[in-house]
Amino acid sequence: MARIGVFVCHCGENIARTVDCARVVEELKSHPGVVHSEDYKYMCSDPGQALVRKAIEENDLTGVVVCACSPHMHEKTFRGAAAKAGLNPFLCEMANIREHCSWIHEDRGEATDKAIDIGRTIIEKVKHNVPLETIRIPVTKRALVIGGGIAGIQAALDIADGGAEVVLVEKESSIGGHMSQLSETFPTLDCSQCILTPRMVEVLQHPRIKLHSYSELESLEGYIGNFKATIRKKARSVDEDLCNGCGDCQAACPSRKIASEFDAGTGKRSAIYVPFPQAVPNIPVLDRVNCTRFKAKRKGIEKDVCGKCQEACLKGAIDYEQEDSFVTEDVGAVVVATGFQLYSIGRDQPAGLKGYGEYGYGDVPDVIDGMQFERLASASGPTGGEILRPSDGKPPKTVVFVQCVGSRDPEKGIPYCSKICCMYTAKHTMLYKNKMHDGKAIVFYMDIRAGGKGYDEFTRRAIEDDGAQYVRGRVSRIYRDGDVVKVWGFDTLSGEQVVVDADMVVLATAMRPQPGIAELAQKLSISYDEHGFINEAHPKLRPVETNTAGIYIAGACQAPRDIPESVAMASATAAKVLGLFSADELEREPTVALVNEQTCIGCFSCEQVCPYGAIEHVDVCDVEGHICGVVARVNPGICQGCGTCVAVCPSKSVELQGFTDEQIYAEINALGSW
Amino acid sequence: MDFQPRITAFVCNWCTYTGADLAGTSRLQMAANVRIIRLPCTGRIDHMFIVKAFERGADGVIVSGCHPADCHYTAGNYHARRRFGVFRELMDFMGIDPRRVTFSWVSASEGVKWKDVVNETVARVAELGPFDAYHELAGDTITGGEPAPDPFEAAGGAETSDPLEAHEVGR
Repeated sequence: MARIGVFVCHCGENIARTVDCARVVEELKSHPGVVHSEDYKYMCSDPGQALVRKAIEENDLTGVVVCACSPHMHEKTFRGAAAKAGLNPFLCEMANIREHCSWIHEDRGEATDKAIDIGRTIIEKVKHNVPLETIRIPVTKRALVIGGGIAGIQAALDIADGGAEVVLVEKESSIGGHMSQLSETFPTLDCSQCILTPRMVEVLQHPRIKLHSYSELESLEGYIGNFKATIRKKARSVDEDLCNGCGDCQAACPSRKIASEFDAGTGKRSAIYVPFPQAVPNIPVLDRVNCTRFKAKRKGIEKDVCGKCQEACLKGAIDYEQEDSFVTEDVGAVVVATGFQLYSIGRDQPAGLKGYGEYGYGDVPDVIDGMQFERLASASGPTGGEILRPSDGKPPKTVVFVQCVGSRDPEKGIPYCSKICCMYTAKHTMLYKNKMHDGKAIVFYMDIRAGGKGYDEFTRRAIEDDGAQYVRGRVSRIYRDGDVVKVWGFDTLSGEQVVVDADMVVLATAMRPQPGIAELAQKLSISYDEHGFINEAHPKLRPVETNTAGIYIAGACQAPRDIPESVAMASATAAKVLGLFSADELEREPTVALVNEQTCIGCFSCEQVCPYGAIEHVDVCDVEGHICGVVARVNPGICQGCGTCVAVCPSKSVELQGFTDEQIYAEINALGSW
Repeated sequence: MDFQPRITAFVCNWCTYTGADLAGTSRLQMAANVRIIRLPCTGRIDHMFIVKAFERGADGVIVSGCHPADCHYTAGNYHARRRFGVFRELMDFMGIDPRRVTFSWVSASEGVKWKDVVNETVARVAELGPFDAYHELAGDTITGGEPAPDPFEAAGGAETSDPLEAHEVGR
């Protein structure tokens, strides 16, 4: 037998002005199942809540309906009051007679009738409410960070410094990411490696960080607080435990003319190599594609060829037979910090993108991209920091910088702004001018977007102090003409065509997500946008969370980001992760879906529509223990309570607690009597 | 205008319910003919809810949720939209004028749009007149404020609800 208490709030004058609260109390008092009904000026105040508590205790109420404001406003308040009086909080509901009634109607009679209807609807619902218990999920206080660039490093350090363990996975042989390739950073012209490498070493030496370099995430199972990550440690051909990083193998390797990825193709490396001297960990990796020994094996030569690195290694760490191995790690949260790649402007383009054949990248050796310029300008680069053009090694006297190559060009498939190019181009002109005082730096730009602390001052400095010449307009064609690179452009401010005889051209190419981001996102069941950037849960209020609970994002995997933003995002994910880890158990609202396994027919329509992958398959066994069917079960740790599965279930076997069919039909039926 | 249509609205908690809250906070005056039923997401809406609302005397129905791509639960509104596309044809088949149902997106910041949706729907349904077709067909078995048949019994799932409990509900 339902014993419902109704509490009508005047909200001062807010409700009482247009709703006759006394009539609402009277009408609802006679509604079947209601045993108590009263009004009060401010129900949410302490004395008001005391009325609710007293009525629950005195009348032994089985349900509470508070006719007041929106549940978004005070549901928590009144559920708390109900709980204090010993009533399960989920037996208390709000009837919204303020926002949805008194504030939007002027006619007192109409508004009062409507308030009574709203009250009745909720009373009928509450009759079908059942006590629910807060879901508690144990939490593994260990985080997985995917990606060892600056964002991943920052996230790992912050989480580890906060007291939790971290597993950091990096697909390359060293952490450091793109930041380690940069020469200087804007807007301070800090030496990139000088500020980054101490952090890299800190990662390696941190007692709570476990680093898996040259590894990738193979799969992720589980849910918030309880993930199981399988990590593929790619065959490095070097025993990580034995290697002491002496570099003898690298010195002994005869294949020395392989284009260095770290130098963006401007320098050379050997087949067994450490990408750069400050690599962390300082353990080489054998590039099996370019190694003479493996090349011979692929050609079918039986005899072992070369083996010079193995001979040179006094520790016996070189292992040609090494295979990929797998480790599993239990973690409670995941931070995705996979970063970006630069838009390749050459001929080979992924679907949906068009290259810039007209800019001669890949054909004209002196047309390079921004990262290649960084390596030329870097003291650790192939030229030792001297800016020399690739074709003949001469110092270029005129350098043309072209901004927005790819970015903001829907025709080429990238409509978004890459955000960092305006700043790094300004930086490039300064680096160039600082090294080549008589050189000429010409920048073709669409707009200068220098929003950020000290950013506009920085671009102005490039123009005003260092004399970079900015031309507002696009470049139509770049080609080689004898010794020079001809740049055809258009100056939209003067309305004239511009032709520059340049010695070198630097293209500021767009930022794109890392290759393979779609596969990774599918492994993590998180979503990504049409460009491949990972979607945040809310663009403004939840920028570092994803729609999958327990998975967070930092840095340029979410959108084009510069270093300060990536670091800020990384620290924000650390705050989220540490917040999650601050309790032993995670508390969740029990308004999640529940499958009636007795009636489930195992069609898994629910699985197809569930946006969170919360549906699990459960075997049904007969009395002898033989599997005789498979039914669905909702993992309450993953379910967010949208109820989409409920609406599609053909056998009506799923219920969303708090919004069951019974409750909703009761509401609809209650409206039938108006 | 004598006829006051009765409109039942099924709205999602995150966008339209909050948008309707905003309309209230902004004191936007609107027709008093709409009764809101709050659901977590439009994806939760079983089209039988709409049929039931008509059966129980509604003259019109509003279904409203988050704009495409804004769903709090990623994709519930897409499922709702797709289901509604099919349901429209069913309404036609059943002889319910599809103009009696408004399907719209109202975000949490669109209080004004909510007011417009309410007023437009009320005006449109007022013009269409009372929805009697069902009652004429079903006769006296349903109308008159008498309890409707239990939806669970109708759906053949009576074991999920306590018969005593269902009986006692004062509908």
